Amino acid sequence: MTDGRADEPLFTGSDWDFDLIQRIHDVIERIARDEMKLDTYPNQIEVITAEQMLDAYSSTGMPVFYKHWSFGKQFLANEMLYRKGLRGLAYELVINSDPCISYIMQENSATMQALVIAHAAFGHNHFFKNNYVFRQWTDAEGILDYLEFARNYISGCEERYGHAAVERLLDAAHALMHQGVHRYPRARARDLKEEAAREAERHAYQERIYNDLWRTLPKETKRVPARADERRQALNLPQENILYFLEKTGPKLHPWQREILRIIRLIAQYFYPQRQTKVMNEGAATYCHYRIMTVLHERGRITDGAFLEFLQSHTNVVCQPTFDSAQYSGINPYALGFGVMQDIARICTQPTGEDRIWFPDIAGKGDADGVLRDIWANYRDESFVAQYLSPHLIRQWRLFKLDDREAAPALRVDAIHNEQGYREIRRTLARHYDIGWQEPDIQIVDVDLAGDRKLMLEHSVTDGVLLADTDAGGVLQHLADLWGYEVCLSELDRESRRELRQHRAQPRPIGPD
Amino acid sequence: MVYAGEAGGLREAGQRRMHIIDRRLNPGGKSLVNRQRFLRRTKALVQRAVRDSLKDRGIRELDQEGEVTIVRDGMHEPTLHRAGRGGHRDHVLPGNRDYVEGDTIPRPTGGGGGGGAIAGTGDGEDEFRFVLTREEFLDLFLDDLELPDLAKRRLVGGEVEGIRRAGYTTSGSPSRLSVSRTMRNAMSRRLALRRPGSAEMRRIEEEIERLERRDVLGPDDAALLERLREERERLRLRRRLISYIDPIDLRYRRYETVPRPVAQAVMFCLMDVSGSMSEHMKDLAKRFFALLHLFLSRCYRHVEVVFIRHTDRAEEVDENTFFYSRETGGTLVSSALEKMLAIVTDRYRPEDWNIYVAQASDGDNLASDNPKAVGLMEDAILPIAQYVAYLEVGREEDPMPAGSLDSGSDLWRAYETVAGPKGRFVMRKVHHRREIYPVFRELFQRRGAPATRAPT
Repeated sequence: MTDGRADEPLFTGSDWDFDLIQRIHDVIERIARDEMKLDTYPNQIEVITAEQMLDAYSSTGMPVFYKHWSFGKQFLANEMLYRKGLRGLAYELVINSDPCISYIMQENSATMQALVIAHAAFGHNHFFKNNYVFRQWTDAEGILDYLEFARNYISGCEERYGHAAVERLLDAAHALMHQGVHRYPRARARDLKEEAAREAERHAYQERIYNDLWRTLPKETKRVPARADERRQALNLPQENILYFLEKTGPKLHPWQREILRIIRLIAQYFYPQRQTKVMNEGAATYCHYRIMTVLHERGRITDGAFLEFLQSHTNVVCQPTFDSAQYSGINPYALGFGVMQDIARICTQPTGEDRIWFPDIAGKGDADGVLRDIWANYRDESFVAQYLSPHLIRQWRLFKLDDREAAPALRVDAIHNEQGYREIRRTLARHYDIGWQEPDIQIVDVDLAGDRKLMLEHSVTDGVLLADTDAGGVLQHLADLWGYEVCLSELDRESRRELRQHRAQPRPIGPD
Repeated sequence: MVYAGEAGGLREAGQRRMHIIDRRLNPGGKSLVNRQRFLRRTKALVQRAVRDSLKDRGIRELDQEGEVTIVRDGMHEPTLHRAGRGGHRDHVLPGNRDYVEGDTIPRPTGGGGGGGAIAGTGDGEDEFRFVLTREEFLDLFLDDLELPDLAKRRLVGGEVEGIRRAGYTTSGSPSRLSVSRTMRNAMSRRLALRRPGSAEMRRIEEEIERLERRDVLGPDDAALLERLREERERLRLRRRLISYIDPIDLRYRRYETVPRPVAQAVMFCLMDVSGSMSEHMKDLAKRFFALLHLFLSRCYRHVEVVFIRHTDRAEEVDENTFFYSRETGGTLVSSALEKMLAIVTDRYRPEDWNIYVAQASDGDNLASDNPKAVGLMEDAILPIAQYVAYLEVGREEDPMPAGSLDSGSDLWRAYETVAGPKGRFVMRKVHHRREIYPVFRELFQRRGAPATRAPT
């Protein structure tokens, strides 16, 4: 390897070439591996143009994806913002796969390429490989093959059953995507051959399978109708994974439709960890790039000018506007993650008396990198904030909590950055990152087997927050189309079980497909 | 340390080299299919937006790529999520200045301030803006329109024919002889039949000469000389038999005639600029001309535009003068028609050009001129033109009676008597900008099954 002399800057101007990228990567890798002890998938760095970045953006960042109009819509929206200069493009895009693929843009300067490599190819990469949520839920090795399979399967269906039918199905499946996730059991690693074989068997299997919904034999007149409990058990109810339930039980679906529902469900499952670890993932990557770039500068491997350029863009990334500024749009996950992690590093090395009381385990432990690696591996956003948002940071950010009751005429300040408020603020903020809490709790509770096969769902309403009405209607319509019979969603108050609102939908007649 | 094991694993992973891949040359436009699907799905909405945008666009930017706005309704993707308001909720916000516990803050209206976070989860804007490329814009804009009588009518001189090379032939006039091809054939024939080359002849000649020059010939030499002479004779004979160029080598360039579609059009814009034409009327006319030009330039490889303005005499002017300069005087429509015919004779042979005429006027004309104008139209213009459109522009506030029983203008009534091939001469009245596009559309709507359609 030719890194030049170890005390000379890697580059001076803003131009870069492939050789320089390789050298930057090698130098950064040595810092990441030997000093920060990061454990990463092998890296694959791909250089793309701005236009390709826009393309990648609009298909959820994946290099291979099936076709659907909604990605086109996404593309047009992004393109519009980009053209108007309202939004710059992300400098990078990284895919949780093995090897870990990072896209970098050719327009970036050499400094930015270094930043991006430190951020994505090491920060995100380490997080993907080590965080328990990702380890549990995603299969970094197989994802690209699976997406390839999904794309081919779906385009095959388009040819065989027509674009319109597939599009209708995908629309419906997308609407239910967030309800297509297993939240609890551990995911088994999937392998491609198994998937393909299972798909091939499905035709035969579906015909053999006993589906209680199709029972047409007259029942013995004397027989008592099955008890509700037994029926629910037979159908695995209650079930919160709606797509899974449809795939297994939907009475009117063709085998290929079940397969597509499965594809959408598995993709949703793949992205599920990302939604739970936004703050930590970005925080870890930002912490890594900050650390690495600072080290590079200290050792004279990047010039003062390059370091200033880096600082400027870093500051933009971790900027957190205050609640009353025009730029405020919620809490910036980069800023929060980075802030807490910097704070943890401080607690490890220079703890105050307060820190020793709040964080006896890590205060003064010294090895900040080790402590952070442990945290990156074993927490998700909710538990991370609940555990490590320190009074120091709450004061620094001047966080406060508002209580917003529909009945009250005004908002009330509930807690501020003082001794009484720390825990309340921390608890509330943590809950905001709990997907289980933030997303409505919707379950399929029963199917009216004896009558009109009506599918019944319940939303357990917390704190009186109902579903957005028009959207719920739209999704329910899609659900009814998939189910093939009437669908009914009741919103019940969690405590009193009182029904607050009810949505119903009848399936629309399907055109010839 | 706890991490020793992991670190060990790391070194191993580090053995695998990093790869850099240059994807910049990969074909772009990966999202093209998705983009097309989106446009197909929202076609009706986008089309309406595109047509509405005509109202706000200047004539010159009519065919540029454009931003369109459509309602989100048709393309909303619903999800199950909690409503943005109602119930009991709490917010954690950064940047407290002077609030203490127990303070109350008036509920923000709209999305501003602390509400920003809350509104973020709401149903979003109800408008969707995006940019269409020029091609997409025009496609949607001109969708289902077609040029009337696209084929150039066959006139007396027969169809326009072009000549094009079509390989080689073994017979033809000397002027078409292809020397290179002929020589190539000859050479391959000579090689194949082993015709002795001149170098070979020269070698033998030299050898004979060398021997002959000796005074005393040895016994061997005499025999050799004899043999060489025989050989020379044989070669000479062979050279005579196998000619350097033979008639079978000859190749001539072959040409064939092909019918050539007329791929160029000229569009005459005639406009009355006399005092009675208001700015509003000119604007209407301008819009119609702009649409026609846009349309023609999509159908023909080459479109020329001739602007003729007239009062009581006509002149050819450039576009700017045509639309923006003022002129006063009486009104003689026939002057413009005559001018146009003069230009046609002068520059645009009807055999070579598709001729389109669009005339705009407020309908005023000197009464005595009407018969002449009608005569010119019937006898001179219609036979050579593909299509003639007469657009009568009115004041904005004028009502627009559909049956136009009282349609009063002299010119209109006169033109109504024009007899010509069906569909080649059309007239419409327009009072308001928004009527321009529907009128245009009506004129150029795709018909059931056009009898002839020439490739353009």
